[in-house]
Amino acid sequence: MLAYTIYLSFAGALLLALLPKGRPALARWSALAVAVAGLALGVQGFAAGMGQGRVTLVDLPWVPSMGIHFLLAADGISRVLVLLTGLAAVAGVLFSWNIEKQTKDFFAFFLALIGGVYGVFLSFDFFLLFVFYEIAIVPKYFLIAIWGSTRREYAAMKLALYSFVGSAMVLIGLLAAYTTAGSHSTSLVALAHAGLPASFQIWCFPLVFTGFAILAGMWPFHTWAPTGHVAAPTAASMLLAGVVMKLGAYGCLRIAIGLFPRGLDPWGFSFIGIGSWRDVFAVLAIIGIVYGALVALAQTDFKFVIGYSSVSHMGFVLLGLVTLNQIGVTGAVMQMFSHGVIAGLLFAIVGRIVYERTHTRQLAELETMHLSKRLPFAAGAFVLAGYASMGGPGFSGFWAEVQVLMGAWMARPWWVVAAGVGIVVGVAYTWRAMQKAFFSDALPSAHVLEEEHGHKFAAITWPEVTGVSLLMGASLLVGVWPRVLLDAIEPAVKALLAGGVQ
Amino acid sequence: MNYSDLFRVTLPETMLELAALLVLIVDLGFLRKAALKTRVTVAALLGVAGCGLALVMVPHERVGLLDADDLNIIGTGGSVAFLQISILLLTVLTLLLLIDSQFTRHVGEYVSVVLMAASGALLVVAAQDLLVIFIGLELMSLGLYILTAFDKSSGKSAEAALKYYLFGGMSAAFLLFGFSYIYGLSGSTNLYWIGGQIAFAGSSPLLYVAWICIVAGLSFKIAAVPFYFWAPDAYEGAPASAAAFIASVSKVASFGLLLTFSTFWLMPGGSISGQRDVIEQLLKGFYHAWQPLAVVLLVIAVASMIVGNLAALAQVSVRRLLAYSAIAHTGYILLGVAIKPIYTGQSSVFHFVLDSYLGTSRCFFSVLYYIVTYGLTTIGAFGVVSVVERATGSDRLDSFLGLHKRNPLLAAVLLVLFLSLAGIPPLVGFWAKFNLFAAVLGVSAGPVPFALVALAVAMSAVSLYYYLQVLKRAYVMPAADESPIKTHPVTMAVLLLIASAVVVLGCFPSLLQGWIESFYGR
Repeated sequence: MLAYTIYLSFAGALLLALLPKGRPALARWSALAVAVAGLALGVQGFAAGMGQGRVTLVDLPWVPSMGIHFLLAADGISRVLVLLTGLAAVAGVLFSWNIEKQTKDFFAFFLALIGGVYGVFLSFDFFLLFVFYEIAIVPKYFLIAIWGSTRREYAAMKLALYSFVGSAMVLIGLLAAYTTAGSHSTSLVALAHAGLPASFQIWCFPLVFTGFAILAGMWPFHTWAPTGHVAAPTAASMLLAGVVMKLGAYGCLRIAIGLFPRGLDPWGFSFIGIGSWRDVFAVLAIIGIVYGALVALAQTDFKFVIGYSSVSHMGFVLLGLVTLNQIGVTGAVMQMFSHGVIAGLLFAIVGRIVYERTHTRQLAELETMHLSKRLPFAAGAFVLAGYASMGGPGFSGFWAEVQVLMGAWMARPWWVVAAGVGIVVGVAYTWRAMQKAFFSDALPSAHVLEEEHGHKFAAITWPEVTGVSLLMGASLLVGVWPRVLLDAIEPAVKALLAGGVQ
Repeated sequence: MNYSDLFRVTLPETMLELAALLVLIVDLGFLRKAALKTRVTVAALLGVAGCGLALVMVPHERVGLLDADDLNIIGTGGSVAFLQISILLLTVLTLLLLIDSQFTRHVGEYVSVVLMAASGALLVVAAQDLLVIFIGLELMSLGLYILTAFDKSSGKSAEAALKYYLFGGMSAAFLLFGFSYIYGLSGSTNLYWIGGQIAFAGSSPLLYVAWICIVAGLSFKIAAVPFYFWAPDAYEGAPASAAAFIASVSKVASFGLLLTFSTFWLMPGGSISGQRDVIEQLLKGFYHAWQPLAVVLLVIAVASMIVGNLAALAQVSVRRLLAYSAIAHTGYILLGVAIKPIYTGQSSVFHFVLDSYLGTSRCFFSVLYYIVTYGLTTIGAFGVVSVVERATGSDRLDSFLGLHKRNPLLAAVLLVLFLSLAGIPPLVGFWAKFNLFAAVLGVSAGPVPFALVALAVAMSAVSLYYYLQVLKRAYVMPAADESPIKTHPVTMAVLLLIASAVVVLGCFPSLLQGWIESFYGR
């Protein structure tokens, strides 16, 4: 049934593109229906897949002469990420409820993007995976360029080119792997078992890993992320941070580590303590964690704070991946889910709930608005979401970061020390943004302000409440009962680490 | 050789020439007083009918026209049949796009020149003898020069035609010069025979001179660096349907010819008979003489990819942008033509031939796939450009502003075609590239082919930027003028047909691949 998430999303995109103009309500409800159906399928697939390993969903020959199959399958990691995509899709539609400009086109691009993301998470054939991966680029571009805000055309083009360059690197690596393995099959399982020579893996791994990590926001290729997140309309930033960056991280895990495990082997010499690609990427991830957090601390634009916090949090994912031990990689997958939910929530609060009412994202201006009194819902939601984002116990982020750090300790203790700095700064920037945006007591007082402007902020609408509750609930559920995801992730990670893509 | 054979083999060409004459007679004899619209429609439809008849008559059997030594002069069947059918289909599409245009009052002449040039193209892809090749090329090229100049009211058209003609004349001279050396070296004009003779005689500096002259002449035809200067002007100045014809049909034909050269000379041809050691000696001589020559093509391929993509970034005219992107695509395709397995002399030459057979034939098919789908896409692109041009009076990037509001369907076609040119899945352009690059890596492993493919993939990432520049104006930037753009129903139908073919062939790549391979099953 999971495969239908893909078909459904693309069918929904086509349907919305063909809807008559000037019926925005119809477009919204159809998009919501498609997204909810996708989530329902995702939940059903997740529940049904409990305790099972990799299950093949569809396997049709596509281009028989080259061994390309339309091969969809799901293991625990895929199921978790499909679930995340479903959540992000529903929340994204809810938080786009107020889009009036070309509503149907917006949701058509939105669902096309979602369809591509589902496709990547469920493909077990690299050609198919790559097709879905690239399908996701085009709608991203248009979502940002048409409906975006600050410097949207620049940000959209930057994002599209970064993604395309990343995917070009992946394509080169995969073509090389395919031909080195004898051009028989593009299935991930077949390639993982093809016995690619270690000398090949050692140069192909960094190529493919970097290609995917560009989309995961790895430092120093992260610069598309803050500008893209800021320029994108709320739903698109939720998707970018929530699932698109996960595409990159997923590719790093499933393709780069899954197909080229020997690429992480030591080179045989070491230079200032760096003796393998694993060390290189760990260092880059740690720089990303600390650098993202420090830059977030210095931002004046509320959305940029969240944008850079994403870079920092994705650093944890990448660090978890290169620990290469059970607990670290499990933590990385947990962090993908957790960051997807929490970043989505933060972007929704900043970009939709606050910005649509105050029409500013500058912390200096928000400071004078007394939002904790005037928008108590937003303030409350941000306090909880910020707490979750810091990695506070009770929410999903806690388990994810704890596992990543434990894994990192087992791999190289100094990684933990360095990443720990990032966590502390993370607390600081969240605290600073929260204090400035919501709890500042700078003058003028609330009464004066309201008299001056003579209007109250629009009331919180039901899509906003539903969206916030959905994402918050998901993070809380995982925080209180982490086994719900761990039971799915652990066996899959174990299999993957044991012998490539099993 | 006898005349009935000649007639049988050249039936499609004959059909096209007859149709050309018929168009002239009908247009000049019966429709002199009729409205321009009727004349255009009648002439185009007659041309289409001629192509249709020619399509039916394309010979499929593998024995073509033989000379006194039982060697093919004009080949048939296999890739020749596939290319001829593709050329005819692409010609039909360009003729159908003509129905909407009014750039000339000499409709009959225009259509008949198109048909004659197409018959030249048919000859070019079939010919396996230097003289026939040259005649075919000239027949095609002269037609193209005339077509470029056909928009008499436009100074650009005349300028482009003159440039095209002068460069073309020069390249023909190069080609003929190269041919004459080859003849001097081998004593024959038959490609197959020449291959064997030179394998016996071994390589010589003269051979290199000859080959470089030939490659120079052909690079002009396919608009490869450094012989591409005519292309941006011709694409910009020629009437839209002529530009589409130049960009698709003449390109398919010229690449078909290059493929013929590369199969006969850069790979050992057909079945060589004789003693085992004689054959072995011959094959070794063959590799020794011809193999280094492929390097010339590789250099041109690399230069074309880089120059085409980088120059396209700076264009403001969409037609010139398409011209530079065509140069870039030429570079990708040349990679597939030029890459050959390298025989280092370590293993038995027989094993080498057998081992490399599968890879090279895959590469051959992937080149066929690429040129034909590229031709198809580019005709559609020119169709959209011509519609926009007629509505706004220019082909500048800014005349595409707000196309999404002015004509959503046209904008959607543009989206599909340009994304396909950029190589975004699931469109056919992506599959063509993937297939080609995989085949190139399959022919010969090692750092050099890998670096070439890496460069090609990186360059196609660059290309996304300029394709998005056009799409950005159509979809994102605010429109200066929101009045709707009307399209002729036939034009729209053709464009939709092309766009849906691009999507369907991209989603089901085995359709076209199976069709190409079916020409070898007979």
